[in-house]
This record gives sequence, structure tokens and C-alpha cells, in this order.
Amino acid sequence: MPLLDIKNLSVEFTTRAGTFRAVDGIDLTVDEGEVVGIVGESGSGKSVTSLAVMGLLGSNGRVVADRMMFAGRDLLTMPAAQRRKITGKDVAMVFQEPMTSLNPCFTVGFQIMETLRVHEGLSGKALRNRAIALLEQVGIPAPETRLSAFPHQLSGGMNQRVMIAIAIACNPRLLVADEPTTALDVTIQKQILDLLVQLQRERGMALILITHDMGVVAETAQRVVVMYAGQVAETRPVGSLFERPRHPYTGALLDALPERALGKRRLPTIPGMVPGIADRPAGCLFSPRCRFADARCRAERPALFDVDDGRARCFYPLPDGHLAAGEAL
Amino acid sequence: MTTQSEPHIFEAAAGTSVVLEARNLRKHYAVKRGAFKPLATVKALDGVSFSLQAGKTLAVVGESGCGKSTLARAVTMIEPPTSGELLYDCREVVGRSAAEMKELRRTVQMVFQNPYGSLNPRKTVGSILTEPLVINTAMDKHERRERAVAMMGKVGLRPDQVDRYPHMFSGGQRQRIAIARALMLNPRVVVADEPVSALDVSIQAQVLNLMMDLQEELNLAYLFISHDLSVVRHIADSLMVMYLGKPVEHGAKDVVFTRPRHPYTRILLAATPRVNPGLRVDRVLPKGELPSPLNPPPGCAFHKRCPFATERCAAEVPPLRAVDERLVACHYAEQMD
Repeated sequence: MPLLDIKNLSVEFTTRAGTFRAVDGIDLTVDEGEVVGIVGESGSGKSVTSLAVMGLLGSNGRVVADRMMFAGRDLLTMPAAQRRKITGKDVAMVFQEPMTSLNPCFTVGFQIMETLRVHEGLSGKALRNRAIALLEQVGIPAPETRLSAFPHQLSGGMNQRVMIAIAIACNPRLLVADEPTTALDVTIQKQILDLLVQLQRERGMALILITHDMGVVAETAQRVVVMYAGQVAETRPVGSLFERPRHPYTGALLDALPERALGKRRLPTIPGMVPGIADRPAGCLFSPRCRFADARCRAERPALFDVDDGRARCFYPLPDGHLAAGEAL
Repeated sequence: MTTQSEPHIFEAAAGTSVVLEARNLRKHYAVKRGAFKPLATVKALDGVSFSLQAGKTLAVVGESGCGKSTLARAVTMIEPPTSGELLYDCREVVGRSAAEMKELRRTVQMVFQNPYGSLNPRKTVGSILTEPLVINTAMDKHERRERAVAMMGKVGLRPDQVDRYPHMFSGGQRQRIAIARALMLNPRVVVADEPVSALDVSIQAQVLNLMMDLQEELNLAYLFISHDLSVVRHIADSLMVMYLGKPVEHGAKDVVFTRPRHPYTRILLAATPRVNPGLRVDRVLPKGELPSPLNPPPGCAFHKRCPFATERCAAEVPPLRAVDERLVACHYAEQMD
């Protein structure tokens, strides 16, 4: 049984302009100790998915799902008080911007100890020692003195380490990291990713890594979920996805990377943009931007079909993983 | 002020014209540390020299705090450098009168990182694009609008969008507006400070293509500031890697990417995440973080994070010198293979 098992999850927001479905029927499973990457462009619903898993959506977000189980317990029917006991303990989250996610009014020591006090009931010396041990584990030098530092006294990388220390404080079984390195420099990014993977291995923790950076996913995740306009476009093991993408969107995204265009002057692009609230097409959501779309794609929404070692939401998955020569303009 | 000129291996080849030259640029800031402590100096830019040719792109790469943005501010004449020379078309900038400066400023324009913050939300695209013309030219209203509409076509926006406000556009389209605004005065140099780092991959590709097309058409010189080495590898002709206000490696793109000789360049390359497993470099893990510019370490500024550092590195500042077709500031550049 997977650790996290989500079936047909949708999240709707009620706005003045009407109801907007930010996440549209996604399935997501994460096994114990597995690293799953969720990639997508802005507006693809990857952050909303993670907030729904964490139970952190505001009151205007409506979560509907056929099934949403964590370690055999139903997150949908669970009373809020019980859910709070899981959030931050068994399922923890690392947010994108360490500088704004930490509270500037409290020392980092207080913020780490708060989690331990609430979930583990620690106090006094034991609490302090645990906080010091955590800071040490995430690679912060001189942890005893850093306990009394405020977030503004630490660099972005150090603050992100503090965030990770808070997240792993209660030995979570699942860690959700939403763009954990986007605000950081490349060398610090590498340090943080290595730290996350090391912690994940040592503790057998499952990790959901949400990012827009294809390189980060390729180097870190075991399985990848590609999201487009609130839906899963393709989900595959990391190696075969990057070698042989089957969904035209994944293929086009990979082709647009400068890394893949060495020697070419122009980068292949994807025309148009992600459909917004009002202009969702009738058929496949990617059909207006897809070079291979035909009448069927424009009329009918494809389901997630089995392909090779995963699934892709396309009537005509790419045969060999490559788009035809020439660029879409 | 030092007059010692740094070694230069990028003399302009015959037939190409140097539009911008910086010689030993420095920008130091005095900062308060506390009520009773003396002022401290931050050497945000500490001796940077380069030349930029028409139609070429020089990429400046480094982590936050390395002086990239200070360099952009000095080059665009937003702030005068503390010392050093800046030449546009062989004309010295420092010490000019205000009227002459105004004239010179037209040759260099800037595209900023965040297209959500750099466009005035209360102005239409039309008035954003015509504002440089109002300030700098004697064109009449009709002519200005004509120019704006023509420029919109050039950057891939529809002319009927001229009366729209920035919030009605997507991130990629906003960056097109920002690029159009930078080009309204026909500059010869465009300083682009992380122009694509706020954009999604597919949009990033569109904007990079646009920038390269415009460069070819208008023979523009780009000073392209970025932290993304894969983007830089795609767009740049030459590359300058900076660390704590100083260039550590500077040379033609292919030379630096295929045979990096400064340990910092190698670490940056190794730290860049790659999609293709074959391109991944052996992991040389960077130690620690950027030191405080208030209190840089003695000797080589990088030695505390460098896996190859010796006692000499802690004692002696490595000069920028020519090794293997590029300039590099490392005592052991020859051994880095």
C-alpha cells in the first residue's frame, strides 16, 4: 500500500469571475521512501496540489477527491483537530522562500522548538538539545549560538536549512518540498538538494519535490509527474521520461531547454500559453499549442493512457520521444 | 587609484567595433556598522575590465553578492563608479557634463529581471514605450505613437494591444514590452539583468529567441547578466565569471565552458542541474557560502570554499592573468585540467 494515495483530486477556487478549477482530477501515489518530482510551468496546479495534501488551503479552496489516504488513514473525513496532529509531524513541508516563510519576530531556535513542543511534548533541556542536534544535522555551523539568531541575521541558504530542520524535526514520513531551491544560488541549491536527498535516504522518508526546473527533477527524483493546466500530462520513471518523453508537452518542454539545444541558434518554443480561467479548450487542454493535434484532440478530452512504464494523457503519444525536426512557430 | 592596466587578450579583431569598454571599474560603498564604529567599505566592484563589440554578447555570471548588478548600474550610468574608466564608442563617460551624459545615456538601455515590477501598472503599453521619446527626442505625438506601434510589431506584440495595461499581459509578453522599451532610442548596448530568470521554460525560449533575433537585426551588443549557465551557454559569445566583485575567469564562451580553469567556474558548472545524465560533471561540492563582502578573506577571496586551496592562496591575492586563451585569477590555473 502506498504511503500517500490520492485518486481524482480536484481543487476549486471561488472567485468573483466564477469557479476556477486549479487542480483537475489528478491521481498521485507516493511509496514509502520514494522521491517523486512534480514539474510544471506556473499555473499548472503543482503548488495547489501540495497545499491540498497538507490541508493548508484557504477557505475559498474546495478540495474534492475520490480518495485521499495517508498511511492508511483517510485525510478527507478526518476531523480538523486530528488532521493538525498529522500536519507538521508525519507530513511536513518546506516552502519556496525561506526569507518569508520564517517568522521574522522569533529566533530560529524558537521556531524549531515550537514544532517539537507541540508535536512531541518536549520541554526544557531535552527540547533545546534536540533543536541543536537538528541544526547540526542540516549542516549549520555553531548550532548552539545560531539558536538565538533571527532569520534576518542568516543568509537565504541558512534559512532554508532552518526550514528543513523544522520540517524534519518530528521525523516525518513524507516531506513535501515546494520549490525549495528556487530562491537560492546554484552552489547553495546543490547543497540543499544534496541535503534533502541525504536525509531522505537516511530516514527512509518519502519526498515530493515540486519544481519548475527540469534539471533539478532529473537529478533528484525517481519518478516524475508532469503537470499541465491542473492535470497530469505524463507520469513516468525519471530515466525514461527524460530519454523518451511520450506526451508532446513533455517533449516540447524538454526541447525548449537551452541545454538540449547545444549548437542550435534558435530554441524550439511552444506557441501560445497555458489556458487561463476563461479559455479552457473543449478537447485536450494542450491541443491549441500542440503540433500534432487533430480534430479528435480538439473535440475530446483524452484520459491518462498506459504507455511503456507510465501513463500519458494523449491520444497519440510520441512514438520515439522526439518531436519532428524544425520548430513550432 | 590604480593605473595599472590589466592584461587584455580580447583586442578587437579587424572589422569589429568595440562599443563599450570598461577599464578597471571599481565601486565602493561606505556602510555604517554601528553608532560608534568607523565606516566600513564594501568593495561591490573591485577592478573589472572588459570590452564589448557590436553584435556580440558578454555574459556576466556569479552568485548573488558577486557584483553583477552593481556592474549593471555602473555600465548604465545609473551610478558613477568610484574609479576606473568607462568608454562608449571610445568616448570617456566619467567627468562629462550633465547634457553630455544625457546624450551618452541613450546609447545604453536596460532590461530588468522582473517584468512584473519593472513596468508601471498605471501606464498603457503605448505610454510606456513613448516615454523615452518624450524625454529624449523632439518627435510629435503622432510620430511617437507610430514608432511605438512599429516596435511592438518587432518584438512580437499585436499593434492593437497598444492601449492595454501591463496587467493584461502574461510574463513573457511583459518582458517583450520591457525589451521594446529598451530599444525605443536605438541603443547600441543593452544591459539585461537576469531577463529570463522569472519566466517559465517555454516562455524563456521565446524571449531568448527574440533577443537573439533583435541582436542580429539591430547589431546590438548585450551585457547579459545571469546565474543560469545553460542559458548563458546558449546566448553568449564570451563569459566573465565574477566572485566578490572581481572577475575570476574571463574568456570566449567555448574556451571557458569546455576547459574551465578557475575552481569557482568548475564548481558553478558542476552545480548546474542537468537533464542529460551524460552532461553531468563530477560533483565537486562547494563548501560553505559566499563570505561577507564587508570582511573578505585575505589572499584569494575564494580560498575558504575552494577544494584545491593551499597556504599560498590564503596569503597571496592571485592576479588576473592570461592562461590558455583566457584570463583567470588563480595561482594554480595551469594545473586545473
